[in-house]
Amino acid sequence: MRKLLLPSIIIVAALLLVIRIFYLQVINDTFKLKSDNNAIKIKYDYPERGYIYDRNGKLLVANQASYDIMVIPRELKNIDTLEFCQLLNITKEDFIKTIAKAKIYSPRLPSVFLPQLNKSEFAAFQEKIRKFEGFYVQKRSLRDYEVDFGANVFGGITQVNEKLIAKNPYYNSGDLIGSQGVEESYEEVLRGIKGVKYIQKDKYNREIGSYKNGKYDTIAVQGEDITLTLDAELQKYGQQLMINKRGGIVAIEPKTGEILALVTAPSYDPGILVGRQRSKNYTLLYYDSIAKPLYDRGLLAEYPPGSPFKILTGLIGLQEEVVDEQTSFMCHHGFSYARGRFMKCHGFGPHQLNNGIYNSCNTYFANVYMRTINKYAKPAYAVDVWSNHVKSFGLGDFMGYDLPTGKRGNIPDSKTYKRIYPNGGWRSTTIISNSIGQGEVLMTPIQLANMMATVANEGYYYTPHMIKKIKGASIDKKFTKKHVTTIDKKYFKPMIKGLFDVYNFGTASTLRVEGIDICGKTGTAENFAKIGGKRVQLKDHSIFVAFAPKDNPKIAIAILVENGGFGATIAGPIASLMIEKYLRKKITRTDLETRVLNISLKDRYAILGGMKEASAIETTPKDPNLKKTTQKIDIAVDSTTQN
Amino acid sequence: MKNQSIKKNLDWTCIIIYSALVIMGWLNIYSSSLSSVEDTYQKQLIFILLTIPLIFIILGIDGKFYEKYASIIFGISLLSLLGLFVFGKTIAGQRCWYAIGSFTIQPSEFAKAATSLALAKYLSDSQINLKEVNRQIQVLAIVFLPVLLILPQPDPGSALIYSVFFIVLYREGLPAWYIWTGFITILLFMLTLLLEPQYVILIALLVITIVHFKSRLSDRNIVLSTILFAVMSGFVLSVNYVFQNVFKQHHRDRFNILLGKTVDLKGIGYNTNQSEIAIGSGGWIGKGFLEGTQTKGGFVPEQHTDYIFTTVGEEWGFAGSLVVIALFVGLFLRVIYLAERQKTKFSRVYGYCVAGILFTHFFVNIAMVIGIFPTIGVPLPFFSYGGSGLWGFTILLFIFLKMDANKVNEW
Repeated sequence: MRKLLLPSIIIVAALLLVIRIFYLQVINDTFKLKSDNNAIKIKYDYPERGYIYDRNGKLLVANQASYDIMVIPRELKNIDTLEFCQLLNITKEDFIKTIAKAKIYSPRLPSVFLPQLNKSEFAAFQEKIRKFEGFYVQKRSLRDYEVDFGANVFGGITQVNEKLIAKNPYYNSGDLIGSQGVEESYEEVLRGIKGVKYIQKDKYNREIGSYKNGKYDTIAVQGEDITLTLDAELQKYGQQLMINKRGGIVAIEPKTGEILALVTAPSYDPGILVGRQRSKNYTLLYYDSIAKPLYDRGLLAEYPPGSPFKILTGLIGLQEEVVDEQTSFMCHHGFSYARGRFMKCHGFGPHQLNNGIYNSCNTYFANVYMRTINKYAKPAYAVDVWSNHVKSFGLGDFMGYDLPTGKRGNIPDSKTYKRIYPNGGWRSTTIISNSIGQGEVLMTPIQLANMMATVANEGYYYTPHMIKKIKGASIDKKFTKKHVTTIDKKYFKPMIKGLFDVYNFGTASTLRVEGIDICGKTGTAENFAKIGGKRVQLKDHSIFVAFAPKDNPKIAIAILVENGGFGATIAGPIASLMIEKYLRKKITRTDLETRVLNISLKDRYAILGGMKEASAIETTPKDPNLKKTTQKIDIAVDSTTQN
Repeated sequence: MKNQSIKKNLDWTCIIIYSALVIMGWLNIYSSSLSSVEDTYQKQLIFILLTIPLIFIILGIDGKFYEKYASIIFGISLLSLLGLFVFGKTIAGQRCWYAIGSFTIQPSEFAKAATSLALAKYLSDSQINLKEVNRQIQVLAIVFLPVLLILPQPDPGSALIYSVFFIVLYREGLPAWYIWTGFITILLFMLTLLLEPQYVILIALLVITIVHFKSRLSDRNIVLSTILFAVMSGFVLSVNYVFQNVFKQHHRDRFNILLGKTVDLKGIGYNTNQSEIAIGSGGWIGKGFLEGTQTKGGFVPEQHTDYIFTTVGEEWGFAGSLVVIALFVGLFLRVIYLAERQKTKFSRVYGYCVAGILFTHFFVNIAMVIGIFPTIGVPLPFFSYGGSGLWGFTILLFIFLKMDANKVNEW
């Protein structure tokens, strides 16, 4: 039996080896990944980002080369440190410190020695780079802004964050991504597709050739240029007019829904968020919680619109046939709509639709609204009918435009009031503030502009959008789809006449521009702040909406100036100037222009800012406090609103 | 005429397996050498081609020659090992090479064949009975003389191989307790490194008690059992001491890594980790010839020599590994089968030595590469890069094949 010992040992040992190898190769699957991490490096080839043009083909955003100086510590040889430091304008201490840091990271791998030099900084260094062994230059592409305005429209480029990397497998740590504005909306168009190269590494992490002869490699696809609907001149002019004021301007071409200008104030030069200064400047902007330069007021400032909303109240009254053009209501400096309830008005005498609009008579529209709601037996049903009419103008929800931020606004319906008054008992008089754009109604400037575009079109609109052309692709079909309102075309004619007369006899009669027929409406948005626990009403926001020319409208516009007071004082003049600028390309009313440019609300903001600093700002709140707000606004209506 | 009969009588199974292993070895060396600057695959090709005249010389020499001159060959081999202390060239801390120009030769690779011949020669005397203590001392002297010369080079890997001679001697009548002692020693050693000494002693006490009371009454010897226990306890306690105080740090590290006590993937555990990654990433069928990323990147140190099996594992996968292991096992069993049918004791013992030596290299090498044996420098026969190793194994095997082919002529 002694013969069997060696063969037995051989067989048992071989089985042992096979089992272990089977475990390593087949059962345990972590080694494949470890091996890939070990030996394969993925290298990306980043294509140049697409350019951005305005509607007239003016180049707005291009790219600039930026140069990172890289160092491989191990390869440093006999460097004239003094000359090197002089060329790059750094101190010797910096040099020693950075090299030491790079060595700690890895003596063999490249580290960034000096990031993001611009062309001129780099030029001097470039000539002598051969003298400095161990250093080399890596080119990167940064945005180059050809204009100093439109920061809110463009957005910017930033390093992608961990959350997005986890969500979107395209991005890797350190990749750049469009953030805010069209850079974010059209990220996939602008960025192109990066090329991927798989590289075989050796144990020193050096590259020793392509993996599988580039079988899995892909070639980078260039980013596409995009053309915006923005009119650069108008945008620039809007931002100039808004200097020293806070607020937003939105201008839309009614026939297409193209956004001509999207101004927010205060703003900043987009160029300050590029290159080495980016993080410092961004921090400054981000933490400015008072002026909020990063807050796009044209898209986000949600307020009760006030008088411009009367346009819709009137149109719905006509559509529901509770009034016609001739229906007249008597105004006695106000209107007693219920026992002990009185809505003030500056008007006096009989009001029909036409002078109701141009005088902005609260009494007239409160009556129209009461008739609309009382038309049906159940106020809940009536409110829903009314609400659907309003929503057909694209209000009360995100509009679907191609910019990444927005607010819904609010258009109440029966559900809203069921929530506020769970026990019922509400009637037309309870919600009468809606008639004059107070109460639960909230709108943003872009919604106001879209409402005016719809009126200008006599009953339809296109979803507002910023994209005009994508090179080599068509724009989203939703921007060419016509949205028709529930109001018949014939009812718009008298309304437009009324809006035209606002400039002839009404609240904007001093704002006429010779030769241009403008239709417009002033407005005032109340706003409150909680100061020391007490609700304090601040100076009203000035609102103005308009479109022009009256026949064949080319521009619809909405303007909000925070704490600007009565609509015709600041927002109105800005509207006139913007319209003239767009239609004529020059300004005839230089007196008005000079006046507007010189208006500064800085002192007013400083006082408000001081007040607000004491406690958080409270603009008109939404759902949770609706009930409280409604009551307050009732009182407010009694005392002030009319224009 | 004579040549023809040799051709007819040669065992072609062994020769085919041998050729297959050499060729596969070279392909893997070729793949692994692409990452290094040296042209190891070219050199190995020359080594392989040179084995052909070598084989013809071995087969051409008369079969009786080896038996007749076994003692002289052994003597020359011992002298060559001794000469290393004076003329040897030190490579990587090991003084085990003679250098003639750029050509180096490692006498320990040939000493195994010489020792096998000497052992066969000694045992071929039919008067020898290994139950006698005197004889035991004499055969142990033959085995340990070369070990004593190899250990201080230092080359513990080569020395370790000589332990296989105990299994050969057991086949020829060495008492079983040698094997048991060896087995229990290794077991106690590993257990002591894994557990605290007191637990190992407790286990030993338990086992001895069970064995004592399970054995037949007539065999029970309380004195022997007590002595056995005392010796084992003493060994366990001394292992700790030896491990901590006699072993060098790198030896301790190797054991600690094997036992999973230390994980240092960048330092001392680097070799084993990288070699496990290489093999483990091969999967069922491997990454393909010349496609191994670990191999290309040169992540596994000494890949063309001691770690050549990692290339097999990575590029040929489990299938390739299985083929290689099967070829080896086939060769070993075939050699043992041939040995058993030898007519002379000399060639039987020699054949056993051949199978045992090849197997020990095979097992220790692959077990080390796949992380179940401490790191120790032992080449994989016919596979690993190196002329001395290849020729040493070729001579070892073909002397036996010559003897096997001769057996018919002897009548």
